[in-house]
Amino acid sequence: MSEAVLTRTTPRLSAGEALAGWMLTAPAAIAFLLMLLAPTLATIALAFTDYELGAPALNWIGLENFAELLQDRGVAIALRNTILYVAIVAPASVLGGLALALLIEAGTRGRAAFRAVFFLPVVSLPVAMAAAWQYLLHPTIGPLNAALRAIGIAGPNWLSSSDTVLISLAAIGVWENIGFNLVLFLAGLTAIPRELYAAAEVDGASRAWDRFRLVTWPLLGPTTLFVVTITMTRAVRVFDSVAVLTQGGPNKASEVLLYAMYEEGFTYFRLGYSAAITLVFLAIVLALVWLQTRVMERRIHYV
Amino acid sequence: MDGISIEGLGKGFGGTRVLRGVSLAVAAGEFVALLGPSGCGKSTLLRCIAGIEQPDAGSIRIGGREVTGLRPSGRDVAMVFQSYALYPHLTVEENIAVPLAMRRLNAAQRLPFLGALLPGTRAARESITKDVRQAAGALGLGALLSRRPGQLSGGQRQRVALARAIVRRPTAFLMDEPLSNLDASLRVQTRREIVAIHKAAGVATVYVTHDQSEALTMADRVAVMQAGEILQIAPPAEIYANPQDLRVATFIGSPRINTLEAEADSGGVLRVAGQAVGMRVAGTGPMTLALRPEDLQPAGAGLPAIMEGVEFLGESLLIHLRHAALGTALVLRLAPEDRDTLPSEGEVALRFPLGRALVFDGAGKRVAVHALSPEATLV
Repeated sequence: MSEAVLTRTTPRLSAGEALAGWMLTAPAAIAFLLMLLAPTLATIALAFTDYELGAPALNWIGLENFAELLQDRGVAIALRNTILYVAIVAPASVLGGLALALLIEAGTRGRAAFRAVFFLPVVSLPVAMAAAWQYLLHPTIGPLNAALRAIGIAGPNWLSSSDTVLISLAAIGVWENIGFNLVLFLAGLTAIPRELYAAAEVDGASRAWDRFRLVTWPLLGPTTLFVVTITMTRAVRVFDSVAVLTQGGPNKASEVLLYAMYEEGFTYFRLGYSAAITLVFLAIVLALVWLQTRVMERRIHYV
Repeated sequence: MDGISIEGLGKGFGGTRVLRGVSLAVAAGEFVALLGPSGCGKSTLLRCIAGIEQPDAGSIRIGGREVTGLRPSGRDVAMVFQSYALYPHLTVEENIAVPLAMRRLNAAQRLPFLGALLPGTRAARESITKDVRQAAGALGLGALLSRRPGQLSGGQRQRVALARAIVRRPTAFLMDEPLSNLDASLRVQTRREIVAIHKAAGVATVYVTHDQSEALTMADRVAVMQAGEILQIAPPAEIYANPQDLRVATFIGSPRINTLEAEADSGGVLRVAGQAVGMRVAGTGPMTLALRPEDLQPAGAGLPAIMEGVEFLGESLLIHLRHAALGTALVLRLAPEDRDTLPSEGEVALRFPLGRALVFDGAGKRVAVHALSPEATLV
């Protein structure tokens, strides 16, 4: 017994110190358990039940919800639309943000003004902004179609036609994300040492494109990875604009994953099934994060 | 082939004039050090030569070619930066290859994957690899070719920067304080290596430094800069022994040269605190008498000084004194075995060889000195 005490390398904390330690970590620990872990576990549990909001009891039904998911045409459309939406919004707002950041960085005047203008959509309320978009895209009184009419083009019914509704929502998504990406890229650009550009010029990189390939793009690697990940998770989470502008219509042409989940849970009160959709969503987000940490991170950190 | 010639270069940033009409000629194969305190414009001058900064006035010729308006890539110069400016995402081999790839491959051939399929890419890549290996071998980087800069020590990074500069055989080397980030022992060693590289390449080199020991040991000629002007350009021994400007005299040499306020009367006879010091100068009015610490000697009679303290440096002693009348601090360098020629306190007298006395007029310009009598060699 006494030998064990002697060989121990870290001293045992006194009971009082241990208690103080637990008490100090308690607020964070309780918040984590209540706000993050418990709801997640509850959602996972619910996904295996037939619970409906207000129902007196629930039954364990195993994988039945997931079996139904596989057959559900609505969910399949929502998944397809979400992927399409991300496939448009992520590249467009990442490349657009990079291009705008390079332009602002290259300019000499009005940097702060441009930055503020493009960042505005990020700080504004998405629901209020959606109302503004509804007006802008209105088929008869909207300024966009008015402008198109002026040059002799009959503009489509942007938000009510199943051909254009997803494109329109994606355009709004790009508008919402580009300013955020722009600010991140601007921060990344200022971190690149000026001397590297001087060295590149002396080494013969005379054209702007050569210097971009030799210095800017590789040194922005960590920023780009972060921007890509954050934009993709933000795009997968698209909900506000759909809920306000189209409610998934027309004919499910703008149905997305989170809106389908919301409808199942809060319109039809099928919380068990809604939880199953949430798990699919969670899996997609986790896969994106995993992609970042495992596959790409080792290729862009140089030190 | 010509080296570098600069005529009347001027450059300002906002309201500050950084370069005030600088002219400089560097012969092909010559090593010129730009020496000056920080903020004197030496780095700006180098960046103007490289083309990273555009001068407001004046012209630059490199290799006999007017390059004033050209971009850096059109000037055929190589530069070593203080921060080394290596590309962190490229290996040592790829870093050294960049200047060659930019010149021997066109934009399409440099594309990843696709470029390799184009005609001529393979032959060009092979010639690049060969030259890179040779340059890396010359600097002892052969074993580090596949490392990234982040995995190298400061000295190794410095060598990669040097290799990247020499690999292309440019018309001029430009070096911006390349040794200032190295520790002291490595600095002395690398100093000699840079000189050897310069000798082997035989191209005009401009080397910016604020460290006079670097400038004096490495350069064929030293250009001392201050406040945007070149005060004097001369071989190191000449700069040390024969400064033409008081600012050069006080900047070069450690410890600092001793300076004493003096006065030349209407006959040109020089007096320090009323005491004639045995010489006549070409001019009248207030003068400055400057004397190197090793040129002062204890004597029976001469400049009166009061002992203040002794510093032991190993190979020599520094004796700190004060001029008895003026109160000006004086430093005298003495061999340790001559310690006994001076008392440890009290008043002593100092003399100096007339030929070593440097006298500057009120504007800081050097004036000629003549002995009062032909046989007088010491005060």
